Amino acid sequence: MTTRMTILAPCGMLGYGIPQRSLAEGMKRQPDVLGVDAGSTDPGPYYLGAGKPFTNPRAYKRDLTMVLDAAKAHHIPVLLGSAGGAGGTPHLDYTVEMFRDICREQDYHFRVATIGAEISPETLKAKLHDGHLLAFETGTPLTEADIDRSVRVVGQMGYEPFMRALEMGAEVILAGRAYDPAPLGALAMLRGYDPALVIHLGKILECGGAAAYPRHGSDALLGCLDEGYFLVEPPNPDKVCTVASVAAHTLYEKADPYNLHLPGGTLDLHQAVFEQYDERTVKVSGSRFIRAPQYTIKLEGVRRAGFRTITIAGSRDARLITHVDDYIANIRERVAEVYAPDDLGYQLLFHIYGKNGVMGRLEPQQQITSHELCFVIEVIAATADLSASVLALARSVALHATYPGRRAIAGNLAFPFSPSDIPVGDVFEFNVYHLCVVDDPCELFPITTFEV
Amino acid sequence: MKIADIAQFVTSKNAGPFLLTVDIVFRDATSYQQFKAQRPLTKAGVAELYGIPPEHVLDIIEFDPAYAIKITMQRPWGSGAIGETDVYGAQQHMPIAAFDIPWETTP
Repeated sequence: MTTRMTILAPCGMLGYGIPQRSLAEGMKRQPDVLGVDAGSTDPGPYYLGAGKPFTNPRAYKRDLTMVLDAAKAHHIPVLLGSAGGAGGTPHLDYTVEMFRDICREQDYHFRVATIGAEISPETLKAKLHDGHLLAFETGTPLTEADIDRSVRVVGQMGYEPFMRALEMGAEVILAGRAYDPAPLGALAMLRGYDPALVIHLGKILECGGAAAYPRHGSDALLGCLDEGYFLVEPPNPDKVCTVASVAAHTLYEKADPYNLHLPGGTLDLHQAVFEQYDERTVKVSGSRFIRAPQYTIKLEGVRRAGFRTITIAGSRDARLITHVDDYIANIRERVAEVYAPDDLGYQLLFHIYGKNGVMGRLEPQQQITSHELCFVIEVIAATADLSASVLALARSVALHATYPGRRAIAGNLAFPFSPSDIPVGDVFEFNVYHLCVVDDPCELFPITTFEV
Repeated sequence: MKIADIAQFVTSKNAGPFLLTVDIVFRDATSYQQFKAQRPLTKAGVAELYGIPPEHVLDIIEFDPAYAIKITMQRPWGSGAIGETDVYGAQQHMPIAAFDIPWETTP
């Protein structure tokens, strides 16, 4: 394999805003493929549970339109992974619908493949029964009860479903939850490039311009695969890739930068060499891929934990601040007198900014040094109605509860908003984060083709 | 001297929903090598800074290509679970950033 192959990542996250100039500059380099990562677990469990996108629909459509415009003008394929953020069926449907709208508006025609990533409870139970669900970073095995309680489970597909869809002739691939580098590297894998280089390049490209300095905003990144090495370069002329920027990005959001696990194996970077190729370009070589004896898919699933209502208020009373722990304890007691927490099964939580609002129980500093505190009072209960009722009581009790040395008897809190109580929505928690052994890397990920 | 005054970056982030990772990235080989030689951070020491059991500090890795030290811990709970204060884990770096270590600066 001696011909060079160029991959353009237009952004680190579809919907975070692709800079026009970076995309135009990137396209001048005649990339062979556009690879788009549209998702992450980073924004938390809500989006997977609620079936909603976490990027703004207007921004998502703008970015997707720009990618399709570029693909159409240059006749190159687009591979998109983790559609709609969490990559479940509603997220994929939302992306496909938006894609169809764009094609209709622009009169674009493509051969399309969609790849589902949501896994049914029946399939999961069959896998559990066969001993094919393995404990992962939570350290606990998955049970049938966990599967029953989860509202949605997705699997992170590897390269193979994308490769199969390309072989089926797809020009645009819209896929559910995927290993982030997979849409970037699937065409290169199909063309026979060294898997280690393809994977490592994809790891760097998946966050787009994040691997270039100065590191701000969403931006594009170009990768060139060649014999025994690859190059990375930002198309944005105001940015540069340095050994430090690229090597540091290898650390980002990873537990261990030397051994990066992925579906089907591990990327081993012990021998990786990062070199400055020219002023703006970094050359990488020496990465190795170690195929795993069994192919595993990472599962992500969430359960519903209740409904959240919050209120936000502040105090700048020195006596309240001094006695804040007594004050909170008093509120809890007074609320419990009216609504017994054990009977009703709600949770009342206080986020106290100025004390330990950011770090909670990890906060090492005990002394409060601020002259004012912000309270976010939160109630999670089974229903929206119960959550709102308990929060309403907690808010009024908090306004009038007493504490040692109290002088300001008219009210303890400054509320910035009217209405003060805010229904936030359903609360979800990750309850599936396990590995699933598969015989065929494509078995959990159904491919559907159509033309627009 | 505080680690934040020696390093170029000290930053925290989730590594998946159940792990938290703190990266310390140095400006140059000299400061990185000096830090590496001193090894001022141990699993037990990091556990003490965060008030967590030592076995929850999973790894302290020296990553030469980036002049970086990576500390990976178990999150106290899954990202976004009830009681969460930092869904992205992006503001949990200060106990390490503010940690004072003996540091000789060569003129």
